[in-house]
Amino acid sequence: MQAQLATIVQQLINGITLGSMYALVALGYTLVYGILLMINFAHSEMFMVGAYVGLFTLTGLTNPHLVGGLAAFFKGSGFGLVILFALVFVVAMIAVGCLGMLVERFAYRPLRNAPRLAPLISAIGVSIFLQNAVLLWVNTMALPFPQVFPVKEITIYGSAQVSTLQIFILVTVIILLTALDTFVARTRMGKAMRATSQDREAAGLMGIDINRVITFTFFIGPALGAVAGIFNGMYYGVVLWNMGFIPGIKSFTAAVLGGIGNLRGAILGGFLLGIVESLASGFLSTGYKDVVAFIVLILVLIFRPGGLLGESVVEKV
Amino acid sequence: MDIQTKVGDGGWSKGKIALAVVGAILLVFLPVVLQGFVAMSFLVRILAVVGIYVMLALGLNIVVGYAGLLDLGYIAFYAMGAYSAAVVGNLFVKAVSHIGAVGLREFLTSSTFIFMLPVAALIAALTGISLGTPVLRLRGDYLAIVTLGFGELIRILATNNFLGLTNGAMGMSINVPNPVGLVAMQKPVINIPAVGFSFQFSVNLYWYYVVVLLICFTIFIVRRLDNSRLGRSWVAMREDEVAAASVGVNIRTAKLWAFALGALWGGLAGVVFANFQGFITPDSFSFLESVFVVSMVVLGGMGSIPGVIIGAALIGGLPAIIQGVAQSPMLASVFHIDAPTASAIANYRYLLFGLLMVVMMAWRPQGILPSKRRARELHPEDEKTLEEEDQSLWAVEHGIDGSGHDL
Repeated sequence: MQAQLATIVQQLINGITLGSMYALVALGYTLVYGILLMINFAHSEMFMVGAYVGLFTLTGLTNPHLVGGLAAFFKGSGFGLVILFALVFVVAMIAVGCLGMLVERFAYRPLRNAPRLAPLISAIGVSIFLQNAVLLWVNTMALPFPQVFPVKEITIYGSAQVSTLQIFILVTVIILLTALDTFVARTRMGKAMRATSQDREAAGLMGIDINRVITFTFFIGPALGAVAGIFNGMYYGVVLWNMGFIPGIKSFTAAVLGGIGNLRGAILGGFLLGIVESLASGFLSTGYKDVVAFIVLILVLIFRPGGLLGESVVEKV
Repeated sequence: MDIQTKVGDGGWSKGKIALAVVGAILLVFLPVVLQGFVAMSFLVRILAVVGIYVMLALGLNIVVGYAGLLDLGYIAFYAMGAYSAAVVGNLFVKAVSHIGAVGLREFLTSSTFIFMLPVAALIAALTGISLGTPVLRLRGDYLAIVTLGFGELIRILATNNFLGLTNGAMGMSINVPNPVGLVAMQKPVINIPAVGFSFQFSVNLYWYYVVVLLICFTIFIVRRLDNSRLGRSWVAMREDEVAAASVGVNIRTAKLWAFALGALWGGLAGVVFANFQGFITPDSFSFLESVFVVSMVVLGGMGSIPGVIIGAALIGGLPAIIQGVAQSPMLASVFHIDAPTASAIANYRYLLFGLLMVVMMAWRPQGILPSKRRARELHPEDEKTLEEEDQSLWAVEHGIDGSGHDL
């Protein structure tokens, strides 16, 4: 009995870690869907590219041949580590955010008024392009993600353990989520984003620069995705050109689960999906954990198409 | 437009007939020529693979092109067809092996795949209905994602050896020795040493002809469907579901038929694929394959049969041909491609393919050879379309002035 309880606790911890990554990626989907009503299929590639940029920045900054004495400073103290990770995240967020803006400019903007199928196909094209670009120009093999700080396991209940890496991930994600929530709720740009998602045309008439809002959305979403990508690399220890696909689909599932277009819904959906999936892999079999995610998606869409926190949309004639 | 107006195209012009005859001759004899030359015989196999893709694309065209339901998990039905052909086919061969009469036993064994066609088609169609029923209320993007999830579900179940049927990630083989008639056809050998031509009927050629026959059958049925009552209700549903329902189109039935018929062709293609390969693994049914089939339909032109065929030939054939040319030293010398360039081209094919999808959507979202009706839907803001909106659809499609036409 106690062993089972410990398994549950362990899977909950794993699930929350996994869920925090899903939540970050799901936010990217939900932000874009809320404003443009399109599934940004290429978002999973932002996650992947983010992991690569993070990996290269990290190896670059800890290489004494490139940065000299700074490498020792970064690795030496706790303060150095904090600065190092802050730099890695900022570089990855800016790089991937810019990539997201580029993709929007060249692949989606020309299709703004096209039927809804067109941008989806275009996004699939971008996704295939980016995957193969990384495959051809970076590396076909999985690259190891170096362990920069020593990961300690802390026993909390029976055999259930939580690692310092998991705590690090969860804390960072909570900070980012709070920041985004505050940003959207309090700032002028956030207000503009909310207005645009309610009614793009009316927002334009009220003097909001729609293109700027959309570009900005395509910066934040991928930037958050990049952070999730780095965490994924750190957590599993490798980065690979096709690492984005499955987490991408699951995060989309999470966004739908919470109610797509709803920011808090995406966060809730992400954590829920992560937990359900971890419990399933702990108690059923790891092979079926992906099945669980898709069954959850199908059930939600059938019984509550608007998602858990979403309003049901009435189709207008 | 009165009710008796002919909906289909009005007869064939001479040019069209000539084109069809040339096409038919090429379709039948080109593979024979290719098979005859050793250096080019790999193209026969590619042609058969392209043929399977054409069937898939034509089937998906029913769902996406006609009914307007985006299915991102279409490959699931293909998988259903392939796996049911393998599972049921192997059972069938086992059952038949108890028959005493040697001639009958051999005939039944060798024609297993013919018996499997209706069985697998039925299983696939039932799968289509069982997916279609719960998702009837969903539309657009949501439907796309549920179908995507369904496609992955089928693949994962196959990978996990569901109910002990699929042998998991190891894949399973189809234990049917020689398909009916192949041995007899392989007997004659034609040799023309002067040009290096040596022809013997091959397994690839056999499946190529099976696929071509099935494609002809598919085109026949799909054309009928397009002009049928069901086909017209699909068009109405695709353009405006609410309006269609209000004029008496049964949305439920129309959607379920679209799912069932689309799945049916996926299943048929799966049977041919399983028999052609002789071996299937879950890897053949990945999400990327679904994406390729959708791209074939979209790139070629949704709702247009020739367009979809061109799309399938381009996407299904080009990468394989590039790879084949790269591996064939003789062809590489003809096209002045050295080995490194060739392998570079082969490696870059998916990159270019992704780029092509983006460019195509920006530049020509209606596809290479669109159906006239679809092209207009995808360019709603064209001045020409707006002008023509007052005319009847029939007049627009036939390019005549129908402004005085009595509706």
